[in-house]
Amino acid sequence: MAITIDEAVPGPATDDAPPARRRGGRGRMVVEVLLLTALAVAMLFPVLWMLETSIKENRDVYAVPAKFFGFDLTLDHYKDVFVARGGGRSDLSGSFLNSVVVAGASTVLATVLGVPAAWAYSRFTLKAKKDQLFFILSTRFMPPVVVVIPIFLMYRTLGLIDTKLGLVLIYAAFNVPFTIWMMKGFVDEVPAEYEDAAMLDGYTRLQAFWRVTLPLLVPGIAATAVFALIFSWNEFVFAVFLTSSQEVRTAPPAIAGLIGGTTVDWGLVAASAVVFAVPVLVFAYLVRKHLVAGVTLGAVRR
Amino acid sequence: MGTVEAHGLRKAFGDVQALDGVDLDVPDGSFFVVLGPSGAGKTTTLRAIAGLEKLDGGSVHLDGRDATDDTPAARDLAMVFQSYALYPRQTAYDNIASPLRARKASASDIAAAVEQVATLLHIERLLKRRPAQMSGGEMQRVALARALVRRPRAFLMDEPLTNLDLKLRVEMRTELTRIHRALGGTFLYVTNDQVEALSMADHVAVLKDGRVQQVGTPADVYERPANQWVAGFVGSPRISLLACRAEGDRLVGAQGWSLPRPRWTTAEDGRPLLLGLRAEDVSVERRGDVALAGEVYALEPLGDRTVVDVKVGSELVKVKARPHVTGTPGDRVSVTVDLDRAHIFDAGTGLALSTAGR
Ligand SMILES: Nc1ncnc2c1ncn2[C@@H]1O[C@H](COP(=O)(O)OP(=O)(O)OP(=O)(O)O)[C@@H](O)[C@H]1O
Ligand SMILES: [Mg+2]
Repeated sequence: MAITIDEAVPGPATDDAPPARRRGGRGRMVVEVLLLTALAVAMLFPVLWMLETSIKENRDVYAVPAKFFGFDLTLDHYKDVFVARGGGRSDLSGSFLNSVVVAGASTVLATVLGVPAAWAYSRFTLKAKKDQLFFILSTRFMPPVVVVIPIFLMYRTLGLIDTKLGLVLIYAAFNVPFTIWMMKGFVDEVPAEYEDAAMLDGYTRLQAFWRVTLPLLVPGIAATAVFALIFSWNEFVFAVFLTSSQEVRTAPPAIAGLIGGTTVDWGLVAASAVVFAVPVLVFAYLVRKHLVAGVTLGAVRR
Repeated sequence: MGTVEAHGLRKAFGDVQALDGVDLDVPDGSFFVVLGPSGAGKTTTLRAIAGLEKLDGGSVHLDGRDATDDTPAARDLAMVFQSYALYPRQTAYDNIASPLRARKASASDIAAAVEQVATLLHIERLLKRRPAQMSGGEMQRVALARALVRRPRAFLMDEPLTNLDLKLRVEMRTELTRIHRALGGTFLYVTNDQVEALSMADHVAVLKDGRVQQVGTPADVYERPANQWVAGFVGSPRISLLACRAEGDRLVGAQGWSLPRPRWTTAEDGRPLLLGLRAEDVSVERRGDVALAGEVYALEPLGDRTVVDVKVGSELVKVKARPHVTGTPGDRVSVTVDLDRAHIFDAGTGLALSTAGR
């Protein structure tokens, strides 16, 4: 959050007694502002440039020297993302649809598998629980590139190469450990006695979980699912290696594929990158309340 | 109908032996109180009986039938949790209705039962609130209501009155006794408050370190404590224990005093003993032949009475006296002892030595 304690807490203190962090005086503040500005420009410039490029006329895109201001606006690039040159749906729009399906399905799968597992790890005494949990986490230590070749070979044998199902499975496999770990923290926060009480009321253990604990986990599930969704949505390495056909391809390799011909349509690249980034932002925005609740759940006294 | 029997319950958490062979025999319709200090294993005992804790050993019989492997739901018990465990997303009404809904009662039956129990516990105006909108005492009463709304085999109550203020606690004590008489169910009630135990129970089991120290009526536990620890735990002010030994027909204190030996002690000469004197069985106001010489150490006025601490040698004897008793520290006093009401314990084992015959 951008709000500091000084701004959030009104009071007379600021008038005569400046807060401690301003003690360095004016010079220090100038340095702070300069550094922060430099950081902001460095971080935001690529985003800004992407946005600009996506709405520039082609001749302005390739103009030398580059135009920051005073270029002509167009939405043609965005149209090109969705509509093919000769009319009908574009290849890119098909890839976006694939991304939606693959990311959505793998997130649902990871959540459906991971949440009950997290509950079990939180509630029951299991043999070598810590070792099991460490093993689960360790599957995330290796970068995808390391395992992609063996997985490629396995998928070829299983006939999962170049299928959406294959991508869904591999993304779910990557997201389940993450879901278990993150959800276990949330389940730990819900007192087990709620379930005990429900069982004495006459419910079975599973009913107790379903009726009492699960509703309390919704913010945590939302937060976890958003992270899983973003991982699946952004994933590139597996998508590139395990899929090839236009019908299966997800957006990241499809957008990357736009670069590499003899001429690069930078306007189209920028526009599709924006379209690619927007759902993630929107989704995170929609569940921001849950994200905050999820992150701060542990701070609430129960 | 509802008897609860526990035989040899054992449960360890890591290297903490929470239950070390707990036996309880709760008769049908009784108000059975398990009394013990914090960490004695009271909650663990209740959870074991409710089927929430996997036992290392022992068995639980309900209505004479082995229920050790039954699920909590199948045991047909109701429990008030020490932490209330009210469902946070549900209103008090829904919380109280939950046991009935789980057992598929009709909506009209539920409404009637909830209304009845709410009236009983004076929580009608809380029914629409959620736990977060209630005070600790209010939550505790809703938790009680969730248990009392049904007629289970037995009610398990884990310190249900601890979070109430003193006035409400005294009120609820009477209320619970009344409710118990009105409903006629079996109550297994756990507390660390000896006043609750003595005032409400018809049976008391004193628990310490996962072991039952003594079972009996409140009078048994108070007047015939089985060992030194029970004598010390039950009773306020605390019983005074003086080191001594028997010599012929005398009891000779380590601090130099000598009293006639009570007829009923069986200890052989020379064995280290402890003489236990309850504050109401000694007096600084009455005159008597059997007395200890000491000096006033402190006065503790409590309104309805004053507790006088008398130093006998280097040991303290607590004496109950009238409210306006006077004295200043250092005054010499004589403490009259009612030997017929005294307790004698073996200093080594702590066990009471033949207090029968009284
Ligand atoms: N889940 C647990 N994990 C580890 N130790 C436990 C657990 N539950 C209880 N214990 C230990 O077992 C012992 C008995 O605990 P229990 O909760 O039964 O005590 P209690 O008599 O109910 O005390 P209190 O009056 O404080 O509620 C304590 O030493 C406690 O630390
Ligand atoms: Mg307890």
